Amino acid sequence: MKSAALVFLAAFLALSASWGGFVLAPQLQLGRGAQAKALITEDLYPLARPGLARQGLEIYRANGCMYCHTQQVRQEGTHVEIYLTEGGTNAAGVLAALQRLSPALARSETLDSLPVKVVEVEDMVAADRALKTLKDAGGKAETVIVPTGADLARGWGRRRTVAQDFLYDQPVQPGVMRIGPDLANIGLRPYDADWHYRHLYAPASVVENSKMPPYRYLFEKRKAGAEPSPEALKLSGAAAPEDGYEIVPKAEAKALVAYLLNLRAEAPLFESPYTPPPASAPATNAAPTTAAVP
Amino acid sequence: MTAPSPTSPPEIDSSGRLPLFILFGGAAFWLVLSSVFGLLASIKFHGPGFLADSPMLTYGRVYPAWANLLVFGFCIPAGLGVGLWLLARLGRAPLARPWLIAVGAKLWHIGVFVGLLGILSGDSTGHTWLELPRYAAVILFCAFVFIALWAFATHRARADRDLHPSQWFVLAALFWFPWIYSTAILLLEVFPVRGIVQASIAWWFAGNLLGVWLPLVGLAAFCYFVPKLTERPLQSRYLALFAFWTLILFGTWTGIPSGAPLPAWMPTLSGAAAWLMLVPLLTVAVMLVQTISGAKTPCAGGPLCYVKFGTWSLVLSGVLLAVAALPQVSRVTEFTWFNHAENALRIYGFFAMTMFGAAYYILPRVTGAEWPVARFVRGHFWCGVVGTLLLFAPLAIGGVVQGARWLNPEITPVDVSKATLMFLRLSTLGDLLLLLGNLLFLVNVFALIARHCRAMVRVLYADAVAPLEPSEVKP
Ligand code: HEC
Repeated sequence: MKSAALVFLAAFLALSASWGGFVLAPQLQLGRGAQAKALITEDLYPLARPGLARQGLEIYRANGCMYCHTQQVRQEGTHVEIYLTEGGTNAAGVLAALQRLSPALARSETLDSLPVKVVEVEDMVAADRALKTLKDAGGKAETVIVPTGADLARGWGRRRTVAQDFLYDQPVQPGVMRIGPDLANIGLRPYDADWHYRHLYAPASVVENSKMPPYRYLFEKRKAGAEPSPEALKLSGAAAPEDGYEIVPKAEAKALVAYLLNLRAEAPLFESPYTPPPASAPATNAAPTTAAVP
Repeated sequence: MTAPSPTSPPEIDSSGRLPLFILFGGAAFWLVLSSVFGLLASIKFHGPGFLADSPMLTYGRVYPAWANLLVFGFCIPAGLGVGLWLLARLGRAPLARPWLIAVGAKLWHIGVFVGLLGILSGDSTGHTWLELPRYAAVILFCAFVFIALWAFATHRARADRDLHPSQWFVLAALFWFPWIYSTAILLLEVFPVRGIVQASIAWWFAGNLLGVWLPLVGLAAFCYFVPKLTERPLQSRYLALFAFWTLILFGTWTGIPSGAPLPAWMPTLSGAAAWLMLVPLLTVAVMLVQTISGAKTPCAGGPLCYVKFGTWSLVLSGVLLAVAALPQVSRVTEFTWFNHAENALRIYGFFAMTMFGAAYYILPRVTGAEWPVARFVRGHFWCGVVGTLLLFAPLAIGGVVQGARWLNPEITPVDVSKATLMFLRLSTLGDLLLLLGNLLFLVNVFALIARHCRAMVRVLYADAVAPLEPSEVKP
């Protein structure tokens, strides 16, 4: 190449192509994003975060939680589960069908504790076959779509994270690094605000050997009055303040925890469907949340 | 336009003295500060309570301070310094308006300083590699454009009309950065787009910055210094042209991580681009081998060693990027130390080392003096090499270990942390060595500048007190 103009032209062509691809195209495809209807419930999703949670997002950003936590649940596939919901009138026939599908369940007690998960299969064809077997025998059955993958098995969510989940965040913080667990659905896990306060103040006092840094500066240590403040953290051991003092969350900590509790990307969507298991099914069958109980 | 008559190399070199002092001096300073932040961040994994009570020094601020000082504090000004010098030298024309370029360089460093304070006080934007807040970004953008304009003016005034491959690379880099940076600031900070599109833009920016801008500048230095230092012709101009085109065509698509919650075609395209990037990188490897084969000059810890190590690091980091784009691999390596290791290899191993090599060649010529502590040049090389490897290798392996543990739901988060601890310890050692090497660089650069300024003051003083010649006395 003999002139600067040619170099600039080359650079212009190359860069404008990727600009079109990765800046303009997603903006056209997703940028005008609006709320979507969730499957099954038909609720609008996502909802804007309440004010305090929005402030919490700023605390999360300012303190760089995203350098250790992602908000991107990955999914490797789905499988289909068949639940028997009603035994019908032909108990013998249903038991025979169960014998074929899942011999361990072919006992008359099974029919007393419905619904029960009968089989897990990989695709809809196999699911339809199993469904037909149960229905032909006179039972009532339901299919349930369950996303699978290591992240989901850890109880980090019900489905993968999709673009829709970030609609109202400013800035979006999907994160790049997992020193700690994914937080896309931390609000769905069985932790209350109190747990979060204690965890932020002194992670190792709640999770043994935790490598998460403490965020004591989001809390205030002050002299306790005659009555301990209802806000005071219930700390014990090395994390507890000396007698006569108490630890209370500052406004930043309250906002941050409100944000954490608001992180719940669970609505089943067209692009990442799943079905919750039948109402009275024991949670362990499909909802992996219990895996995360500390 | 008739070409002006060529200027002699020493004159060209001295024309760039002031701007290059400011660009390299500031770069060396930010580099050391960045290494200090890197070391602090690394130590925090040994004891999470370390310096945890100061919001300024919490991990989530120290880490972006490290990254941004490294790229915006060191890489870009150093790259601009090398680029300006190359444009002047290869065009055989003195730098246009060195004073104004110096002002632009000062402005850039002020922008970095303001941005650093912003990050430390919690004003980070929350987008990786773009954390410097809007008010700092605007300063940086203006400073860059200002310098780039004078660089272009220098180029226009060149005496040698033919373009050397290094000039293509520098000119493209001067064009690239303002575009990607203005897009990122405008669409993320000034008129923020909604939702996940933000992440897409930030990834596009980071891919273009680390995957195209750094290679453009580094390869500009490569195309000039490898032939120069080995005293052999570049093998060959056509390969360089090919590497240039393929780098800008493919590199610009590499930023989107494979699991990104974006329409599937985007990560797929980025993955393919990461593989195609092997084309320019292998071309560069061939150019390096062919150019230096048969050369008799030993590298002896000098500039050539730096550039060679840098080039091989670039090739290796490209291979890692491509491998990590495979879905089977990224399943494990995404969200782990592996990516950090790849970045460290690219930024320290490739870019910084190449820039050091260039600076060790350029600065003595610009000042007309030898390095004050010549031993440090070799010492810095070995600190850089061992430090980079100690940072890179343990974190790459540690990242795979970490990723494999996260894939097993039976292993608790605490145990995942525990499994990576040994690798982090080793990498802290690497951070320490890099800090040491960067300190040697800083001492040498500052001593060189100081010595030059002292000599200048002495000359001025001597001039001022010298008795007047009778002929100078005006009646
Ligand atoms: C240096 C890395 C690091 C930083 C920075 C960090 N964390 Fe953590 N976090 C961890 C680690 C490691 C764990 C796992 C151990 C534990 O539960 O304490 C964790 C766990 C958590 C958990 C519990 C998750 C679960 O499922 O049990 C929450 C909630 C959390 N972090 C929130 C935050 C918030 C909010 C911030 C920012 C203010 C933050 N973290 C910053 C490393 C970090």
